[in-house]
Amino acid sequence: MQRRMHTGLKLHLGLFFAFLYVPVLVLMVLSFNRAGLPTVWTGFSLDWYGKLFTADPIIRAARNTLVVAVASTVLATVIGTLLAVGVETRRNSPFLDAILFAPMIIPDIVLAIALLSFYTAISLTLGLHSIILSHVVFNIAFVVAVVRTRMRHFDHSMLEASADLGASEFTTFRRVLLPTIAPGVIAGALLSFTLSVDEFIIAFFTAGAGQSSTTLPMQIYSMIRFGVTPEINAMATIVMLVSFTLVLLAQRADRRVFTQ
Amino acid sequence: MRNRLKSVILLGPGLGWLALLMVVPCGLIFTYSVFERGVYGGIDYTFTLENFRRAADPLFLGIFLRSAKIAGLATLIAILIAYPAAFAITRAPRDWQTALLILVILPFWSNYLIRTYAWIVMLNREGLINNGLAGLGVIDEPLPLLYNSFAVVVGLVYNYTPFVVLAIYASLNRINRETIEASEDLGASGWVTFWRVIVPQTVPGIAAGGVFVFVLSIGNFITPDLLGGGRLQMVGNLIYDQFLSARDWPFGATLSMFLIALMMILLFAQAMVARRAAGEGAG
Repeated sequence: MQRRMHTGLKLHLGLFFAFLYVPVLVLMVLSFNRAGLPTVWTGFSLDWYGKLFTADPIIRAARNTLVVAVASTVLATVIGTLLAVGVETRRNSPFLDAILFAPMIIPDIVLAIALLSFYTAISLTLGLHSIILSHVVFNIAFVVAVVRTRMRHFDHSMLEASADLGASEFTTFRRVLLPTIAPGVIAGALLSFTLSVDEFIIAFFTAGAGQSSTTLPMQIYSMIRFGVTPEINAMATIVMLVSFTLVLLAQRADRRVFTQ
Repeated sequence: MRNRLKSVILLGPGLGWLALLMVVPCGLIFTYSVFERGVYGGIDYTFTLENFRRAADPLFLGIFLRSAKIAGLATLIAILIAYPAAFAITRAPRDWQTALLILVILPFWSNYLIRTYAWIVMLNREGLINNGLAGLGVIDEPLPLLYNSFAVVVGLVYNYTPFVVLAIYASLNRINRETIEASEDLGASGWVTFWRVIVPQTVPGIAAGGVFVFVLSIGNFITPDLLGGGRLQMVGNLIYDQFLSARDWPFGATLSMFLIALMMILLFAQAMVARRAAGEGAG
């Protein structure tokens, strides 16, 4: 009885992983397909990758994405780390928890139109900077979540020990607290970067009109609207591999990131 | 005084940022919902409740209900897939468990558009599934798998199930092992132990995962847009249209308020479930 159930469970888990990975793998395989046909294999080719690296709109979109992701990650990591330390060193507040959880669960279309309305109301010119401001909102939430998990495994008497030994608050922060939570900070930064690189709707609404601030996901979206092409498959493969690498690096930095 | 200064330095920038760029903008669309639409698409600051009356119109109510039905179905399927998967992971050797969890969550952190696009490749008339079934001789004509509510549910389940696995795994891990042993010692079968001892203790995990899938599904824009083929409208697409094509911001704001209200009610309910479970555990 016990044993049979176990086989059934194993089978279920196997099918579940197939469900998760087969679509992605199919996409990756088809990106090396010679013919322009999206789904019928006609031979190996790297042509579609070549086309990608010579297309100006794609290069520009990739550069914009990099600017947005780096800027919003740096801002969110600094602000989010301070916030996590601040929240963990004071009394537990359900209200604060709710505010910090909200950006993760609020439907992105709602946040997108709220931000667009706000920027319009204060007459802010839209562009890459408004995407950066917007991305920091949800990136803060993720950095806070990761760093707080790390903080919970930190022995708070270390802070008292450091103060008793005459260290200033700042020295304690820099020499005692920061080295302990550093893995969480690095993991949070890597996840922020990944989220920002992949985010579409909020960027779409807050980028403003015109091509100059198109990001890679916006470019991918407009290409998908035109239909299935091997070129999208090639781009999707690169973007996926970059995300997977970043997430695995985040997991290496802080092993608790995904299991808490 | 010192402590106050420290709090300001630590909490100030973060809470300030969230207040200015999340709370205020959401508050702003709250206020937009009671104003009229301007002639050229802006806001005409005349008080009205017309937007709410319109949102209750059978046409829009129908879209809301359909979205809720699709989101509910996706949530149910996601839980049914995720529960045994999470259960299987808890039965795996200790050092495997982390690796399996990472494998579950890895796709979740990649580009949502691309994960959705992958299903266009899988489900289209010449896609892997139709070609495979035709090759096996099961079907003569390609099945209409894409651009309908079936495709939308598949896309939502695909994108959000990993999170449900994680949530259920976490609550399975927190189960008091002694309760399982006690149940077995008292002669309960594996089946009875599972349904009467294990499942009730994982209700908080199911609730957390379920609320997450439901909220993100009902407000989804990309999945119905790409897999529903534009014919299938959900609330997310409706809001999108009000802001970008119809240029009726007050009505779009009203619709998003419904989404936010629904989200808050569900999160509150989930918090109650979690609190009650915690209380029972302590008592």
